[in-house]
Amino acid sequence: MTKYLKPSVFILSLFPFLIITYKIFFNKLGPEPVKEITHFTGEWTLIFICLTLSMSPLKTFTKLSLWINIRRMLGLFVFFYATLHLLTYVGLDYRFDWQPIFDDVVKKKYVFIGFAAWLLLIPLAITSSRKMIMLLKNNWKKLHRLIYVIAIFGSLHYIWLSKTIFFKPLIYFIIIILLLAFRIKIKNKNINYG
Amino acid sequence: MKKIKYSEITPENIYKNRRNFIKKFGLAAGSVFLSQNLNFSAKAAPKNEDLKLTEYRYVTTYNNYYEFGTGKSDPAERSEKFKTTPWDVVIDGEVENPLKLSIEEITSLFPSEERIYKLRCVEGWSMVIPWLGFPLNKILKKVSPTSKAKFVKFTSILDPEQMIGQRFPILDWPYKEGLRIDEAMHDLTIMVTGLYGKKLPNQNGSPFRLIVPWKYGFKSSKAIVNIKLVEKMPTSSWMKASPNEYGFYSNVNPRVDHPRWSQATERVIGESIISPRIPTTMFNGYGDEVANLYTGMDLKKYF
Repeated sequence: MTKYLKPSVFILSLFPFLIITYKIFFNKLGPEPVKEITHFTGEWTLIFICLTLSMSPLKTFTKLSLWINIRRMLGLFVFFYATLHLLTYVGLDYRFDWQPIFDDVVKKKYVFIGFAAWLLLIPLAITSSRKMIMLLKNNWKKLHRLIYVIAIFGSLHYIWLSKTIFFKPLIYFIIIILLLAFRIKIKNKNINYG
Repeated sequence: MKKIKYSEITPENIYKNRRNFIKKFGLAAGSVFLSQNLNFSAKAAPKNEDLKLTEYRYVTTYNNYYEFGTGKSDPAERSEKFKTTPWDVVIDGEVENPLKLSIEEITSLFPSEERIYKLRCVEGWSMVIPWLGFPLNKILKKVSPTSKAKFVKFTSILDPEQMIGQRFPILDWPYKEGLRIDEAMHDLTIMVTGLYGKKLPNQNGSPFRLIVPWKYGFKSSKAIVNIKLVEKMPTSSWMKASPNEYGFYSNVNPRVDHPRWSQATERVIGESIISPRIPTTMFNGYGDEVANLYTGMDLKKYF
């Protein structure tokens, strides 16, 4: 059973990518196609952040360690969708016209924090292999706690780009805060009892 | 005040002929070619050379109308049952003859003409829409503003029963907007009751809305029930929501960035994935007609 777990998660995780590819080739993106791709890939990045962060709470609740087996792969899909999101913005929307892109990063806090989140994902993606885990030992865990910062940056990115109080960005923010709060609680428990 | 150029209005018969032609030959794509030709024959000013109409389906399914939800397709999906009759509009404040007109009276008192305008949204996209309407100054002249009338305040309908978005504090409901009196009196400023030769769809602000083509789209209030002439500058709903992002004037200006979007370029709605952004023009291309309203004003300060 566990043999098939990783491949099936992999294929499922590619589904959003297949959907957007289909929409691009069959012209189903609606009136503002570039924005549609940007929003789609951005939202799936956030969804994969939430999924990645849910694995260790799920392990605690279900007492099954299989969740941890797929966590790194989900994390890599965060990087995959975040990169597609960034490429859509840089390549498709702004045609690699660096001046306005640079201006956006410096002047607009939602672009700045989004870009910062993507940069922080790079070391995590590079060190995601089994080899790297062996190599970095304890530091690996510390380094990969960066995902907590990335998650907060990602949800702030969404909140700050909204024109007024929108529901969806707030929902992602709340989910991410809850998932992070869960970790603090565990830690405290460990301190109390340990 | 300058007169509107002939080239900015496609005469209805030519517009209709063009549409018949397109229908007859099933050449939807031909509209680009034809509209450009038409503008050319009418000796269009170069700035309007590419007023290619946005498809009806996009004009009516891609809307910012937070009274019906914040998603672009929410208004089209949720406004179908919105009741636009009976509908009364009160024109009062600093005027000699305040008026209360039903929407039927408005359409019979003020004959509609077609105006093809570019609509530039503050979010960085644009459409070209053939509106049916008449200059706001026709109504204003009828009520005779007093010398105290310095601004015009537009109030939209408050009806949370029918408008789900108004049940949430997204904005300060009802939607409020304003213009300076000379902006309101300008011939390009129109009150709209239709588009594409038809009655205005609910999602586009039926039955009665404002269109100010040289300002960002949010200045053009929908579903208006009150036009009040006032002495002091009114505070719009967006100014109240975020004063450092939305100013009273909100003229389209590629040199003044919104804190969250560059305003230098825009995406044309309905264009394909590979078409690039186009440069945004000062006053959305209507500078020849309206720039004189702002002589001597620092438009960075009065954004």
